[in-house]
Amino acid sequence: MSRIPLRACAAGFALLLSAAGLLAAQAQTMSRIGNVNGRADAGKQEYRRYCVGCHGSAGDGLGENAQWIDPKPRDFTTALFKCRSTPTGTLPTDDDLYRSVSRGFVTTNMPSWEPLTRQTRANLVAYIKTFSSRWSQGAGTAISIPAETPATLESILRGREVFQKMECWKCHGPAGHGDGPSASTLTDSKDNPIRPYNFATGSRFKCGETNQDVYRIFMTGLDGTPMPSFADLLQPNDAWDLVHFLRTLQPLPTPEAAIWQAWLPAHASELKPLGPNQGGH
Amino acid sequence: MIDWSVKRRGGCRWVWSSVLVFCGALSVGLVSPAAAIAASGGYANMTAAGRSGNRDHAKWEAYVRAAGGVLHATARFTLAAHKAAGIPAFARKYNLACSACHTGWPELNGFGQRFKDRGYQLGNDRDSPIWVNPSYIPLAIRTTPGWRLERTTHQPVDDGVGGTVEKTITQSGFDISGADILMLGTLYKNITFGFVPTVADGEGVGIEAAFVRFDNLLKSRWANLKIGKFEMDNMLSEKRGMMLSSNGAFYQSYHFVPVGDATTFGLGDNQIGAEWLGHSDNSYTRFSVAVLGGTDGTPGLLEGKSYDGMITASQAFDGGSLGLERIGVFGYTGRRPTVFETSGGAPIPGTGTSNKSFYRIGTVGDLFLGKLEILPFFMHASDRKDLAGGTRDATWNSGILELHYYVSPQLVFTQRSEIIRMSNQSDPATPKTLGNIDALTFGYRLYPIMFSRAGLAMVGELSFTKTIGTVPLSGVGVGIPPASNRTAVRSTSLLLALDFAF
Repeated sequence: MSRIPLRACAAGFALLLSAAGLLAAQAQTMSRIGNVNGRADAGKQEYRRYCVGCHGSAGDGLGENAQWIDPKPRDFTTALFKCRSTPTGTLPTDDDLYRSVSRGFVTTNMPSWEPLTRQTRANLVAYIKTFSSRWSQGAGTAISIPAETPATLESILRGREVFQKMECWKCHGPAGHGDGPSASTLTDSKDNPIRPYNFATGSRFKCGETNQDVYRIFMTGLDGTPMPSFADLLQPNDAWDLVHFLRTLQPLPTPEAAIWQAWLPAHASELKPLGPNQGGH
Repeated sequence: MIDWSVKRRGGCRWVWSSVLVFCGALSVGLVSPAAAIAASGGYANMTAAGRSGNRDHAKWEAYVRAAGGVLHATARFTLAAHKAAGIPAFARKYNLACSACHTGWPELNGFGQRFKDRGYQLGNDRDSPIWVNPSYIPLAIRTTPGWRLERTTHQPVDDGVGGTVEKTITQSGFDISGADILMLGTLYKNITFGFVPTVADGEGVGIEAAFVRFDNLLKSRWANLKIGKFEMDNMLSEKRGMMLSSNGAFYQSYHFVPVGDATTFGLGDNQIGAEWLGHSDNSYTRFSVAVLGGTDGTPGLLEGKSYDGMITASQAFDGGSLGLERIGVFGYTGRRPTVFETSGGAPIPGTGTSNKSFYRIGTVGDLFLGKLEILPFFMHASDRKDLAGGTRDATWNSGILELHYYVSPQLVFTQRSEIIRMSNQSDPATPKTLGNIDALTFGYRLYPIMFSRAGLAMVGELSFTKTIGTVPLSGVGVGIPPASNRTAVRSTSLLLALDFAF
């Protein structure tokens, strides 16, 4: 076996490092949404047109309108994102960011940008990823969501118990109105006051509107906010039960709400109130 | 919806379709030759005639009649190239920059189109006024000061011995447009209003738009009902046009009627009636059906007993890196009375009968090739012979090709070519070319500021028209057709302006 010169090894190693760096840099300046490749350089123009007023030219959430907006625009330099399919503490996937741009965030100033072409939205996603070096780590792996359990009265009642046990009421309030005892003390990662979600208002959740979206929210947590991940505390069946109960708190004609409203009038007295002193039914 | 209305000499409404302002170094180069043109004999004669008001009305009308009624477009219509709006009130409400909703204001992009289709709502559960700071008022203004030059050939002027001679008339000077007061917003979630009074010096106040719209009826995006006075759902919106000069501020096709035709209608005019509009969630698919009074937007009851109708439909496609591509079709039809009951010989409004029909049908596109926007338009039109004043139906075709090149969200170059060709004159003895129009416009809009509180555009524009045997539709010049109905009247508009909205 011939001896490999040290200089050649060093050169090869440097080449590998360069290639790895190049790939990382490319991953940071590209996005992949289905069969669409987004480009950060193209996204820069689009960002200037659509996003800079709130998120700022540096992506720090300090655009000229930020002072008037509540909740504040996302600071892309921290690479902390609420709506992810990935575990807490990890970066979202390109699809997560794409869905956020497309869907917008209800009850905030972030509109749905769905009328933009897929290419434009993919370009924006690519450009957003240039604001933080964290993206060189790569995105997390999306959590798996098991099949939904049947939405039954029993499931809803079990979910109510989970709501009590996990102390969701502390922030969201016993009725889900966002008025729990801790609500007034909450701040986000930038120390801005933040309100818990009020289930009684809004036509959908910030991170989606399906039951899968709700499941994903409390299994991944909303990074940058006090909403933690319950992935280590909840079994999938418990999580689905909680989803079914939360649906009864919304003023929407969901199947869960229909089941609940049919049952509740005759059985309200059987329920123990939710809150600091009681729980369960 | 600024009333860049046409003003007729002697009568005398000056249309001012545009406004000019010095825009940096460009103005220096343009103003000097303009001043030289203005100092010509033609300009001196014109201003003298205008000052003395020496064309008494009866004589003027007789002249018009003798010329075959070719003036009728300017005599009967306010050829308003009203410009509507980028509306900073929305930008202030939602904290979005102009560029979010506009390719370059006032033209809407796909996002802005959906915002409008939703009844000026983002759909973020914060659209109702209850969520807005009580000090917020949904009010914006738009006006355009500037400098302009108008030059029109073959204009009949008095020769001093009782006759007339044709000369080239050149006018120039600083000017201001009328002002639009734009009030649009939500009365409540899913209840939208619009109220746009226009103010023009010496012409009082008009109402460009006034409507209420009920959005998402039966919780469906396909059911939105608007009642009042509003712009038709023209895909090629004249109210949101990028051009402002006298000859370029409006689409000739939207206001043209053949010489001698009595049809009172302009596709670009705001109409009074009710409109049913539907759209998909992203507004890629859109349609509208409207029932309209036959008054061409003038408040008041019908002259006869017939309503107009309009249908539009369009579909957009995701063109990938090219952009959003939209194609659409439209059709407008109406009838106008030709016989009236009279009182003392004067027609009694509302008694019109023997309605005769007219129609406009066409197709339009809004296509992107990256930074280049292409707006093709084709229309076929017909007026029944009883309206057209001859022995057979008048028919004509028109086409537009408009280009916008967006160097950046803050700079756009514009160009438009437009032709109108008569295919059938109502009077077979009339030259087939009478009324034909060629129009060409070049311009730019530079937006030095682009944020969510106000908008400013520096505008430069040069527009040419050639009309055969009749006056320019813009109304510039003395407003009288040339002696020969085969003469090509050439009109040039130059505009340097500051177009601002706050």
